[in-house]
Amino acid sequence: MTRPAPESVAVVKSRRDAALAMLIAGVPYLQFLGIRFDRRGDELTAVLPFDAKLIGNPMIPALHGGVTAAFLEVAAIIELAWSSQWADMEAGTSGQMRLPKTIDFTVDYLRSGLPHDAYARAVVNRSGRRFASVQVEAWQDNRAKPYALASAHFLMPEDGETTA
Amino acid sequence: MTETNGSQLLTNARQFISALPHARALAMELTELGQGFATVTMPWDARFVGDPVTGVLHGGAVSALMDTASGAAVMCHPSAPASTATLGLRIDYMRPATPGQSITARAVCHHVTRNVAFVRVTATDADIARPVAMGTGTFTLDRPAR
Repeated sequence: MTRPAPESVAVVKSRRDAALAMLIAGVPYLQFLGIRFDRRGDELTAVLPFDAKLIGNPMIPALHGGVTAAFLEVAAIIELAWSSQWADMEAGTSGQMRLPKTIDFTVDYLRSGLPHDAYARAVVNRSGRRFASVQVEAWQDNRAKPYALASAHFLMPEDGETTA
Repeated sequence: MTETNGSQLLTNARQFISALPHARALAMELTELGQGFATVTMPWDARFVGDPVTGVLHGGAVSALMDTASGAAVMCHPSAPASTATLGLRIDYMRPATPGQSITARAVCHHVTRNVAFVRVTATDADIARPVAMGTGTFTLDRPAR
């Protein structure tokens, strides 16, 4: 048997972590909100650590509805960019990852956001050459009780376009 | 509801907005307020950028601005709600905001029922004839205790 030796786990992990870090580092607004991403293989979970500046109504106190919308949108965009460029990244043929543009975004607020950390995962329902449709769900203490949902359409970056 | 001087109302509402930690974090300023109507402005800031190559603001920052203006419009509806929370918000992004220009969201609470308020909101940069984004929102409406 002359099968090539599999890549070492360390090489695979460092390639994927570097690609993800590069994708995230390219978005200032992500740093502003303090959003980071946990990666398990190709699965991403967006994490929004609680911070006092994320509060909308200090009387309740609850996360600002706009923070929740922004968090869901960030989770959707990064998941879409990540999943659509995964194959290129694995093959080592991708450069800087490009970001899709939001066409429309619809948020469903199910519960008020508690002053705790929040998590989100996005699912790409369809990703075509020009358009993509993505759903995203955010939860806090209890995975089975999402506090907000969103669905969105995106315009995919053109081939050869480097914007990220 | 007692009659309130218009400019006093604006001052109160400005203080209300600046007391919202996230509105303050995004440097939002309430610039106009009427019956069921509110205008909120947010300066361009490098920290709110979504794409550093172009300098275009992140859609999420624009959404936060539109949500804030919408909530303010609900709060100053003549029915004088005690409080409100966003139920649903849909935003269409028509074009990227021009880098370096502040964004203004104008929201109108055009209808309320016993429990729900309906809002239309438009976001523009300096070119007000061509909106950056438009949205519609539904908000819960809590009536003051009688």
